[in-house]
Order: sequence, then C-alpha cells, then structure tokens
Amino acid sequence: MSNGIPLLPPSASSVSTEMDLLYFFLTGVTAFFVVLVAALVVFFTIRYRRRSPDEVGADIHGSLVLELTWTIIPLLLSMVMFGWGASLFFRLSRPPADSMEIYVVGKQWMWKVQHPEGVREINQLHVPIDRNVRITLGSEDVIHDYGIPAFRVKMDAVPGKLTTMWFRATKVGEYHIYCNQYCGLRHSAMVGEVIAMEPQAYEAWLAGGGTIASAAPSGETLFREYGCASCHLLDSTGRGPSLANVAGSQVKLNTGATVTADDNYLRESIMNSQAKVVAGYQPIMPPFQGVINEENLMSLIAYIKTLKK
Amino acid sequence: MLTGQDMIGHADHPHHPRLQHHFYSMEQQLEASILGMWVFLVTEIMFFGGLFMAYIVYRTAYPEAWMASSHELNVYMGGANTLVLICSSLTMALAVRSAQIGSRRGQIINLILTIVFGVTFLVVKYFEYKAKFDHGLVPGPHWDPHEVLANGSLAPLSLPLGSQIFFSLYFIMTGIHAAHMVAGVVLMLIILVMAWKGRFSADYYGPVEISGLYWHFVDIVWIFLFPLLYLLGFHFGGPPV
Amino acid sequence: MHQVVSTPVRQSYLDAPYGVAAWLLTKDHKRIAVLYMISIAIMFSLGAVFAAGVRAELLTPKGDLLSADMYNKLFTMHGVVMVFFFLVPSIPATLGNFLIPIMCGTKDLAFPRINLLSWYLYIIGGLIVLATAVNGGLDTGWTFYTPYSSQSSPTNVTVAVFGVFVAGFSSILTGFNFIVTVHRMRAPGLTWFRLPLFVWAHYATSLVMILGTPVIAITVLLVGLERALHLGIFDPKVGGDPVLMQHLFWFYSHPAVYIMILPGMGVISELVAAVSRKQIFGYGFVAFSSLAIAVIGFLVWGHHLFLSSQSIYAGLVFSFISMLVAVPSAVKTFNWTATMYKGSVTWESPTYFVIGFMGLFTIGGLTGLFLATMGMDVALHDTYFVIAHFHYIMVGGAVMAFMGGLHFWWPKMFGKLYPEAWAKACAILIFIGFNLTFFPQFVLGYLGMPRRYYSYPDELQVWNVLSTAGATILGLGYILPMIYLTYSLFKGANAPANPWGAKGLEWTTASPPPTFNFEAPVVVDEPAYNYRPSGEVIVG
Repeated sequence: MSNGIPLLPPSASSVSTEMDLLYFFLTGVTAFFVVLVAALVVFFTIRYRRRSPDEVGADIHGSLVLELTWTIIPLLLSMVMFGWGASLFFRLSRPPADSMEIYVVGKQWMWKVQHPEGVREINQLHVPIDRNVRITLGSEDVIHDYGIPAFRVKMDAVPGKLTTMWFRATKVGEYHIYCNQYCGLRHSAMVGEVIAMEPQAYEAWLAGGGTIASAAPSGETLFREYGCASCHLLDSTGRGPSLANVAGSQVKLNTGATVTADDNYLRESIMNSQAKVVAGYQPIMPPFQGVINEENLMSLIAYIKTLKK
Repeated sequence: MLTGQDMIGHADHPHHPRLQHHFYSMEQQLEASILGMWVFLVTEIMFFGGLFMAYIVYRTAYPEAWMASSHELNVYMGGANTLVLICSSLTMALAVRSAQIGSRRGQIINLILTIVFGVTFLVVKYFEYKAKFDHGLVPGPHWDPHEVLANGSLAPLSLPLGSQIFFSLYFIMTGIHAAHMVAGVVLMLIILVMAWKGRFSADYYGPVEISGLYWHFVDIVWIFLFPLLYLLGFHFGGPPV
Repeated sequence: MHQVVSTPVRQSYLDAPYGVAAWLLTKDHKRIAVLYMISIAIMFSLGAVFAAGVRAELLTPKGDLLSADMYNKLFTMHGVVMVFFFLVPSIPATLGNFLIPIMCGTKDLAFPRINLLSWYLYIIGGLIVLATAVNGGLDTGWTFYTPYSSQSSPTNVTVAVFGVFVAGFSSILTGFNFIVTVHRMRAPGLTWFRLPLFVWAHYATSLVMILGTPVIAITVLLVGLERALHLGIFDPKVGGDPVLMQHLFWFYSHPAVYIMILPGMGVISELVAAVSRKQIFGYGFVAFSSLAIAVIGFLVWGHHLFLSSQSIYAGLVFSFISMLVAVPSAVKTFNWTATMYKGSVTWESPTYFVIGFMGLFTIGGLTGLFLATMGMDVALHDTYFVIAHFHYIMVGGAVMAFMGGLHFWWPKMFGKLYPEAWAKACAILIFIGFNLTFFPQFVLGYLGMPRRYYSYPDELQVWNVLSTAGATILGLGYILPMIYLTYSLFKGANAPANPWGAKGLEWTTASPPPTFNFEAPVVVDEPAYNYRPSGEVIVG
C-alpha cells in the first residue's frame, strides 16, 4: 500500500477485486440509507419544530403502501447481498482441482507450514503467484484461524479436524498473516508473512530446502515407521485396503454406505480407525489418536496422496 | 368486576388473607401463578434442551459408542425409577385434587407418598452411580471401564471412541435431573408443612397446583431420559449383563 | 383515603418506608429499578475502565503498556461485564421494571419478591465474576470458546462461568415477571393494541430472555464441568467437538443481542412519539416487528460460525435468515422517521438522543449485513469490523437509547428536572466521541486487524490513535450525566407530573409516583399516543 493513511489492504489475489467490489456495494447501500434516514430525521426536526407549547402533531396513523415499500425494497437489496455473498463463498470453499497443496498446522503460538516436497517453514508462507494454492489447516491444541487480508481469505484451524482454504496470488510481495481466532496469551504474536514469488523464484526457494532445516520425518518415513506399509500394500493383497489413488475416491464401507475419501476421512481413518471400516476388511487397524501429532498427520496425508498404482 | 377499592393501595374491604395486594382478586393471583410456573417450565425445557442437543449431535457421530455405553447402564434400576416417578406423579395429582376439595388428610397422605417416592428415586440413583464408579465408568482422568463377568470378577472393557462423552452426558443429564428432584422434594416438604397447618382449601390451593406442575415436569424429563440413555443399549445390544 | 394530589410535598415511593432495610428488602418494582440502576451504573463504569485500558494499550503498535496477559484479561472482563452485567439487564431491569406496571395501569409486577430475587442474583453473579477478576483473572474472551476455555486457559474460568450462570437466572426471572404481568395484569380497557410500544418491546425481549438464557446457562455449566472434571465433551482427543460449544453458545448469544436492542427500540418508540407529539406511524407494524425480531433472531446463530468448519449449506440457511431478520429493524427505523413527519418536534434533550440513535443504529444495523453476507464475512470475520459493527448497535444504539430513556423518565422517577444544557452537551459529546472511536475500526477491520490483538503493524497506528482519542471524548460524555443527574437529585427543580406534555399512563401520575403507582383506579379508553390535534395537551 502506498504511504499515507491506509484504507484497503493490498489487492494481491484473484478474489481481492471482487471482494472489494462487494465491500463497496455494501458500503454504498449503507451510506445511502444512513444519509437518507439522517437527512430526513434532521429535516423533519427542523421543518416540523414545535412552535407553541401546546402544539401537537398531525393525526396520521400509517400507510400500508409505505410499509410494503420499505419492507420489500430492503428485502430485495438484502437478497442481492445474500446471493452475491453465497456465490463468492461457494467459490472460496471449492479449491480448483489443479491446486498445489500446502499443509499448515497452528499451534500455540506459531504456524508450521509444510510444502508438498517436504520443505517446511515456520510463520512464513512462500507461494508462487499465478498458481492455485490449497491450504489444509489443522491445529495441535486450540482453535486458531489462518488469515491473509491481502488475499481476502481466512479459515479456522480446528483441533480434531482438517479445514481447507485456497487462493491464487496475483502480485509479488510480502503480506501479513494473522491468527484470527483468540487462542491465548500470545495470540497477537501468532503472525507471519506470505511471500508471494515468481514461479521460478519459488521453485528455486523450494529446491534450496526452504528456510528451516527439515528435521521432521517425511511422510514416507512415517508410513513405514508406524507400520502402515505392512498392511496397506499397494496391490490390495494386504490386510488393509490399498491406498493407491484413494484421496478423493468413493469408498464403500462395511455398513453398506459409501463415503468420499476427503481429507477428514483420511484423518479419521488414521486417528479413529474403527469409526469407518472399508467393506471386505476386518476392523483390526489400531487408532492413532494421541500417537501421531497434527504435523506428522499432515505429512502422512500428503504422502498418501502421492500413492499411485 | 373491578371497583375503585380494588385499585387503591390498601383495600378497605375484606379480602382473602392470602391475597397479595398487587392482585385484585384470588382468581387473578391464581392465574398469574399458574402462567408463571408454565413460563418457568419453558425455561427448564430450554435448559435440558441444550443437553438433549448435545446428545443428538454426539449420538449421530458415534452410534456404536452410544450403543455400547448405553448397554452398560442398569436398565432394571432405571426402569424401577421410572415406575417410582410415574407413581409419584399420580400421588402428586391426588394431592392437588385433595387441596382443591379441601381434604387435609388427602393432601398430607399424598404429599408424604410423593416425597417417599422422590426419595426412593434418589436412593436408587445413588446405588446406580456407585456402580458406575466401581466399574470405572467415570469420564475424565479416572476413566477405566470394567465389566462384571459371569463369575463375578471384573475384567477390563474396551469401549469405542465417544463412550466417555456418552457417560459425561449420562452423569450431567441425570445429575441435573436429580438436582431438580432434590429441589422438588424440598418444595414438597414445604407444601406438606403448609398443608399440615391447613392452609389450603378450595379458595386457595395455588401453591399446591404449581408445585404439582413442577413435579410433573421433572417426571416428564425422566420419561425422556430413560429411553434415550437406558433403553438404547437394551434395544440394540440385547439384555444387559 | 382518596387524596387529590396537588401539593408538591407528598409521599412518593422514594419517601417511605425509610431505611436501608426498607430498600434492600423492598418489593416495590420502582425501588428495585433504582437498586438496579445504581448497580448497573457501577458495572458500566468498571467495564468502561477495562475498555480504557485496552484503548490505551492500542495507542502504540507494540505491546508496551501492559503485559499480554493483563491485556487479555482486560478485554475479556470488558466483554463479560458489559454484556452480562450491563447491556442485558440495562433497560429492562431499570426502565422496564419501573415503567411496565405503570404502563399496564397496575400496582406492581406479577411477582414482586421474585423481582427482588432477580436483583440479588445479579449482585451475587456480579460479585463472583468480579472476584475472579482479582483472583486468577479471566482471559478467554467473553465468548469462552473451547478448547481454550475448557482446557488451556490458566485463569479462573470455572468460577467466572459460575458467576455468569447465576446472573443468567436474574435475567430469566425478569423476563418471566414481565410476561406474566403483561398477560394477566393490564388495567381494564387496556387491550394489547392499546399498550405502549415500550411494553411490546419488553414483551418480545422477555420471550427471548426465557427461551435463550437457559441455553447459555447449560453451555457455561458444561464448560465449567469440563474444565473442573476434565470430562471431554468438547475435547477432540476423546471424540468431543469444540465447535459444538460455539453452536450452543451462539444459540443464546445471538438472541441475546436482541435482548440488548429491543428494549432500546421500545424506548425510542416512546421518545419519538413524545418529542413529536404524534401517534407512532404504523403502530401495528412496529409492535409485530418486535415479535418478528425475537422469533427470527433464534434462527440465525450460525452466522457467527461461517468459518468454523460449519457446513456450507447450513451457512446458506443462516445467511438467508439473517437477511430476513434485518428487515423488521428497517421497518421500525422508517416508521420512526415517518412519525416525525408533520409532528410537533421539540428541541429538548430527549430529541438529541433520538437523533443520535437513529444515525448510529442505522449504521450498526446495516454493517451487520456485511457480516451476514457469507463471502464478505470471509474477509471481515474476527476483525475490528465486527467490533465496530456491534459497538455501533450496542453503544450507539442501545446505550444511546438507554441514555435517552434515562433522561426522558428521570423527572418521573425522581421528581427532579436535570439541567437541559448539560444533557444536550452530553448527547453531542457522546455522538462525536462515539463516531471517532468506532468508525476508524470499520477501516481497521477491512485492513485486516484482528480482534483481541494488543499489537499491530505500524501502518495501522493512525486509525488506532483516532479511535483512542474518540474513546476519551466518549468517556467524558458518559461521566457528565453521572455528575449532573446526581446533582439534579439534590439541587434540581421539582418536576411536574408531565414535564414533556406526553401521552402515557406514567404521565398521569405524580412525579415521582406514589408507592402503589396511581391514586385512582386506572381504566383505559383510548389508544396509545392519542395526541389530539385540537391541542389539548397540558404541560405540567
């Protein structure tokens, strides 16, 4: 933003413009009615001011026409707001299929970010511009919220489940990240920067191993160390179903129901494995609640998504 | 028919000794009291309602845990308590009727019976809770479920995820219900003392009636709790151990 | 003893019986209203002091005045005290308690002793919460979200939520008393559609109080039990869902905001009619809009949960219904405006408060639509925009209405006239200070400044400084009436029965009223606000 008094955050994503337009529309409607009401009230107070101590007002009771008018017009305007807002929200909730995945875990009071190639960073978020980025959010402890005003997006990070948000950065630069859900003592310090880079610069950054040394194990290592590999053989001959191409697929359960294997399904199948058992298999997988932390869980899920026949 | 005397601060004409001065007739006083008790019971419905909502949400999420945990509850004790409460509602209704017709003996007998039933309920509850504690079915840091085998010994019991939540709701819902029962018993003792002193008659029985409403409400809450908490496991999991 | 009242010195509810015990054990709704007024004023002052601490810290971008812990406790206590101990009881427990029996033409509320009990519960709840402030503190935010409140916070959450629990029953008892009174104790001839809109508004408020408050009671009880006994209802590790707490919490707390504004709308209806000496335009529409707000208000809570992992489809429903709930408020605003058309509008101090309310409430209400618009909420959720929105309604709306009502009925309640010039200055000061405090916060919100932050990026300082400057002026605006209204009790001129020349049962009895409200039986044979054009209004 240029120097001077800031009025709007930087416009740095594919939805910033539309969000600003919606904001101006809402502001315009608000300003219109505020000015209208204020002007009328002030005008009436002056025009119809009491001129003698005993004076009373006119004997007017109401008007059905006026009541209908000022009921229907606000209703119609609010329906426009609803429709536009719903449409925008739907689009913000549906990451495009070609999105690259980044995993973010909130933990009092920092953001741990994991890029698909295993590269990690803390509090910062390097992203390429002109690419759809899908963020999968988790929390180690309490509810946090990952907010990026320049991109006009945010989403709660809730312990016990995974949430998703997406954006497409359009302008190179550094932008604020805030935690937008009160989470305790250092809530105000749980901030960071998005570093939106040219795609080549991003690739270079990624290849350089990121900004912190990757001491945490990779998803593949975890898959082996927790024994997943011993049952979930790729060729369906194991005691557990093959995980090749499982992410996003339709899974038939032993109850007869069919579910979509989204991120939360994958998470639940690891943490509370008895909850949903695939048809044709025994409920012998141990639950990993309390055994795996959110960060490693994200690594595992990221790895599972790479499994193909 | 309202007269000027009715509206003035201290009415000069004789009125029922139990008429509160801001009301102009016993009828108005009774109607206000009854409406008041109904409004209060609506608040109680909303209070328990929050718990029932939590129950519904978690049962939908953890059907197996709900089935398995409910199976661990003692349906016979719960069933006996249900009968006890239904009987107490009968004696309560009879107490109200006795007050309406001015039968002091009827009031006293029925109120005493109602209190006895209420206390019986609480005693059975105590034994029920004790059994839960003995079997480690207490959510939180002391959660250590055990079951009683055929030979009488205790063996560890594995319950699905969500069972702790079932038992949290079990204790909270039945616990708050029990607290309302205790309040009800205290209320009945007060009404009993008033009945003993011959306070109630066909002209003035409001307190008995509204206490009766409260008692019936607490009974009805139990009528909902019993199938949701106890019969669920009985239905799905077979007869209890 | 039917005395015709003509002498200025007479027995009012203030005079007899004397003594502290006579006040602390009173059953008179008017005395209970005064008891509430004093305690609410104290709570408001405390809440304002906490806010002053918050705004002082926010003068500079870094967290340099207070520790993070102290700041978190200050904003939490500001919210808890202001919501539960000021806004929810404010108008109903003071003006409502005082006026509803009088407006119904009767001697007292249906249950006077329960009325007194409600005040004691308020005091006990307040003392418990304030005790936690000095013993362990509370830092969860007034919203107590789990799992932070139930597991993580190192502060005295369990005791604090118990204080809120107790205070909730105070609210329930007030609401239940109003409902029974309006149903069963109206004077002969006083049909529902002859009731003042103040009574309709409080009736609607009471519906919300009795239906909603028990839910917050059970919610805070669950949070307290979870915390004390480590149960796990909201703990994901044993299968609990922390978002369930948010649903339960907002199921009350959204209707609660209607508890906070509906009485204010009732006050404004009375004031607009009185300062215009005119029948309220669209009486029926205004009456039913109060009921509509109360009912529809129970169906919108999920608009606080759009980003919480709530289903999109649930969100759609909540967003749609939130749009609907805005419409009755719009209807009221236009009806009030139309009432002033061809009225006989006085330029006395209550008018100033009415005008202030109209502007600020309109802004507050319309900015709510920003947040109900799902896509927009993604940018604005949990930012200063939300804070600005609700302060415009709560402070710009509800408190402005409360101040207006307090001034309008002050002569009736205490039999004294306050200095007009000071009251006008107060209204102007509050209006200016309020806008300066909270308008910058709309801008800060869209810029992204999150709620509950005590430090922020340097570029946001300008708006924060303006906001704190405004807060200083606003604070001054609130201190003023505490001084001149109190002064009027001792040095003010005696008030006549009807200083404003207004219609309404309360203006037919003495100022202040006798203990049993009326000297003669009340029979009603005209509609409310029956200002006859022939000019038969006598001031005095």
